[in-house]
Amino acid sequence: MGLKRNVGLMEGLRYQGKGPMLTYILHRIGGLGIVLFVALHILASFLSNQAWGTSAGIFINAIYEHWLFQIFIFFCALFHAINGLRIVILDLWPVLIEYQREAIWLEWFVFLPIYGIALIVIIRGGLGG
Amino acid sequence: MKTNPRTAPQRGFHFDYLMWLFTRLSALAMYLLAIAAILAALLMSARQNMTVADLMRWAFMPNPNHVANTNIPDIEAWKGIFWQVMGILMLFFAGAHGLHGLLNVLEDYISRTWVRNFLRGLVLLVWVFMSAIGIYVILTS
Ligand code: HEM
Repeated sequence: MGLKRNVGLMEGLRYQGKGPMLTYILHRIGGLGIVLFVALHILASFLSNQAWGTSAGIFINAIYEHWLFQIFIFFCALFHAINGLRIVILDLWPVLIEYQREAIWLEWFVFLPIYGIALIVIIRGGLGG
Repeated sequence: MKTNPRTAPQRGFHFDYLMWLFTRLSALAMYLLAIAAILAALLMSARQNMTVADLMRWAFMPNPNHVANTNIPDIEAWKGIFWQVMGILMLFFAGAHGLHGLLNVLEDYISRTWVRNFLRGLVLLVWVFMSAIGIYVILTS
């Protein structure tokens, strides 16, 4: 049960999981995005500490300091953190699972304004202040 | 597509359950570490003109080099063993949580046993390597 996975990609995409399914996908993308960023970041800071790696470090730095990357990574971090808190709370206090839909609404209410403001700031900076 | 049968998850305390729990607890720990570092930054009188990037810099790696260009009057306050330990704790929780999460995702799409075992070993190696260079950077900055 649950261990047999012969669902094809198209079939998977057609699955209508609605709100909770969307948060699951975004949480996954967000987590992977942060792993990518953190790994690059640690590597870059290590390399730019070494005489032999300075230029490689600066090159990697330039990637994630780009404002387009920042739009992506801030989405990942903020969504993953807020949605993650919901998962932790509902998982550790399972009686609350009844309010999952409300919790997801609440989550978007917190996420959208913060991300919206950050987006304006990042884009303004990216387009030259 | 042919899938190999695998043993059903056990009940009770076993590695996968412990990692499930660790994922949740490390998430809480990261929240606490981040809040502590942001409060500390505010106490160090960083009250004006903070940007999102500044906030992230304090929250996720309270380390003198990392916060050097943020709006903090005195960088000296971030030096010393306390913030080094906080940085290493953040590195530990984020690294273990994130790489275990990566493994979790990979295993959702890969069912061949030897590939899964290989990936487990590989992710463990990456974790040890990234932690080592991360701790090195924290202690030398
Ligand atoms: C305050 C910060 C964070 C919180 C509250 C949080 C919360 C969570 C939770 C609850 C899960 C489990 C999801 C599930 O089992 O369905 C998870 C998964 C994951 N986290 Fe985090 N996390 C945080 C930070 C991070 C960081 C810094 C990274 C990367 C270094 C990361 C990478 C991942 C990955 C890759 C997964 C697996 C996603 C999946 O299985 O679909 N997280 N996170």
